[in-house]
Amino acid sequence: MNFDYSPEEETFRQEVRTWMEANTPRDPSGIATGMRIGKETQFAWEKKLASKGWLAYTWPAEFGGSGFTPVQRDIFDAERARAGAPSVIPFALMMLGPVLMKFGTPEQQKRFLPKIANAEQVWCQGYSEPGSGSDLASLKTQAVRQGDKYIVNGQKIWTTQAHWAQWIFCLVRTSGDGSKQQGISFLLMDMNTKGIEVRPIITIDGHHHLNEVFFTDVEVPVENLVGTEGQGWTIAKYLLTHERTAIAGVGDSKRQLGWLRETVARDPSLKDSPHAHRRITELEVDLLALEYTNLRTLDRMAKGHAPGPESSGLKIKGTELQQAISEAQLEFGGLQALPWAQDVEGEPVYRAASTRYNFLRACTIYGGSNEIQKNVLAKVLIGL
Amino acid sequence: MDLSFTSEQELLQDSAVKFAQKGYSFDQYKKSLAAPGQCDSAIWKQLAEFGWLALAVPESAGGIGGSTLDIALVAEALGAGLVIEPFIAGAILPAAIIAASESAGRQEALLGSLATGDTQLAVAYCERAGRFDPAQCTTVADKNAKGFVLSGEKICAFNAPNASHLIVSARNGASVDLFLVPREIAGLTLTAYPVLGGGVAADVKLDGVQVDGDARLGDITALEAGLDKATAVDCALALGGMKALFERTSAYLRTRKQFGVAIGTFQVLQHRVVDMFIELEQSRSMVLLATARADGSDAIERRRAVSAAKVYVAKASKMVAQQAVQLHGGIGMTEELDVGHYFRQLTAFGTRLGDRDYHLDRFQAVAAA
Repeated sequence: MNFDYSPEEETFRQEVRTWMEANTPRDPSGIATGMRIGKETQFAWEKKLASKGWLAYTWPAEFGGSGFTPVQRDIFDAERARAGAPSVIPFALMMLGPVLMKFGTPEQQKRFLPKIANAEQVWCQGYSEPGSGSDLASLKTQAVRQGDKYIVNGQKIWTTQAHWAQWIFCLVRTSGDGSKQQGISFLLMDMNTKGIEVRPIITIDGHHHLNEVFFTDVEVPVENLVGTEGQGWTIAKYLLTHERTAIAGVGDSKRQLGWLRETVARDPSLKDSPHAHRRITELEVDLLALEYTNLRTLDRMAKGHAPGPESSGLKIKGTELQQAISEAQLEFGGLQALPWAQDVEGEPVYRAASTRYNFLRACTIYGGSNEIQKNVLAKVLIGL
Repeated sequence: MDLSFTSEQELLQDSAVKFAQKGYSFDQYKKSLAAPGQCDSAIWKQLAEFGWLALAVPESAGGIGGSTLDIALVAEALGAGLVIEPFIAGAILPAAIIAASESAGRQEALLGSLATGDTQLAVAYCERAGRFDPAQCTTVADKNAKGFVLSGEKICAFNAPNASHLIVSARNGASVDLFLVPREIAGLTLTAYPVLGGGVAADVKLDGVQVDGDARLGDITALEAGLDKATAVDCALALGGMKALFERTSAYLRTRKQFGVAIGTFQVLQHRVVDMFIELEQSRSMVLLATARADGSDAIERRRAVSAAKVYVAKASKMVAQQAVQLHGGIGMTEELDVGHYFRQLTAFGTRLGDRDYHLDRFQAVAAA
């Protein structure tokens, strides 16, 4: 057993590091928070990655991806975070892509995957509804087949970047028969279709990431159905189990904690505080435990196995740690973290803290709330 | 990176798990508790026959010279089986210290008898004022014509009542050195006592104990290396205990009924069990990290990884142990059920070989250096 990277992997790491250092957008206040990146910065960054062949870095080469090994993917993510570069918008790259590869027709794959890998098409995800949060399978947005099209009516909510997206993939109800899971289908829609309306939701960090999306008699060609009618729930579950390691956010947490440590070391009000140093040290140890749990999952995946039981806690622990780090950033920042305005002087990590802290309350809610994750895991562990 | 075990390691793990499950039992545990020195000599003999007492003894001295991971695989199984014989304190820790010391070549006979189980040793390094820090040493070794004269007091030397010799740390001029001292020697007094969670220990008074010059084993670096190895292994032992408690608790939630249903159907208890499981898995990652680094040539990396593991596992094992008792309710409070015995074992783990605060400071000092 060893945790050492191979010489080839180290060479790869160096290549990514050099490239990231040369190409990371220089916008310290925005990049550092990871939340305030404008549309133009984000799109330009994804174009740049695409031209290097590194945008679809979790995809196999046969579908136009980078063809990285699981370990290379992890190195890539770590180096991306280390450089302070933005992460990619995940919906097409991490979610829809793998779904189309597994459930899509060759036509659907040819139609969408190259555009996604080339940063020519932005997607959002239509899952949650006002009445269907944790109980996602109770969703009501309806798609009724009429000849060679579906007529869609209903509403989605918490739709991240719907205001940037050209396309949306949705879970819709195509049947009221059988169990509530059985009547769900997976449908792709062009956001420019008549009858789709996007309304912004401003979150407690003061920004616009989220939206409501309304569907009124939206006509969708039947060739936009992925898989078969009623297969939507199976597809959704596949999605949830697909990418387990990136969800821990090890690289980004490392950067944020490192940034805080450097700041505290030069902060005259904290550099001699044993409390501050102890708190950072405890976070470092927690981060190590997460990092090595992640590596265990990676090792299994590299050998072609499914993620093991150790991976179940990655989302829960990873998001708790992101929140704990942002909480330390906010509280160490003290008064410097309070100005609710741009262009006020102060340490950047403290100045970014209030936004980050507010935004990151979402990470234990999205992607299946941590309580839902525990319900699912308890079923496996206790078996009742 | 490759986290798989070798086929030898898998065999080792299998045989240790089998022994703990079939060769030991809660009844055997109670028998061992009642045995002299809380060590059943028949069990100790078996541990020797399996070769496990030889794992930290170099091959040159008739041992196996196993990796820290090898030893940890055995320790995890012993922890899960509630085996209280002094595997670490009596065999692994002293062997690791002597093997890392400059006198390893001279001490092959002693190492050999550790490997065969004929001899047990103990390490006396903690002092009341120094807590867990081996460098905080006020016991002195004064050089004279015959060798050294040792004077001072040590506390809680694990397994000392069972040991033929103690490894005693003492200040020799500017350095802290290690001395091999027979337990039966003029000027040395033991106050022996059983300790929480099983095993025995003693406070040690050294009042002008004369040892010869050959008694000096080496300096504190050997003690630190041995303690790091033993701490990594002890974390594995605790991991075994955590695993046993997790399994017992989840099984209890399936079978115990209240309000007409299994209590495992209650969400608040389900989430508690999930939290226990996550802590168990995170702890396993830290144990793997610590065992991998414990054998590395980089002392800084070794210290950092071992202390991080102890910091993490100490907190996680406390959580798992407390919740195991809580979820078992009244029955978890009784001597009758093994759960409470694992609880005491894990509580003692949190303190011995340095508690969480000690290792947090140590990790922080390495990180800052």
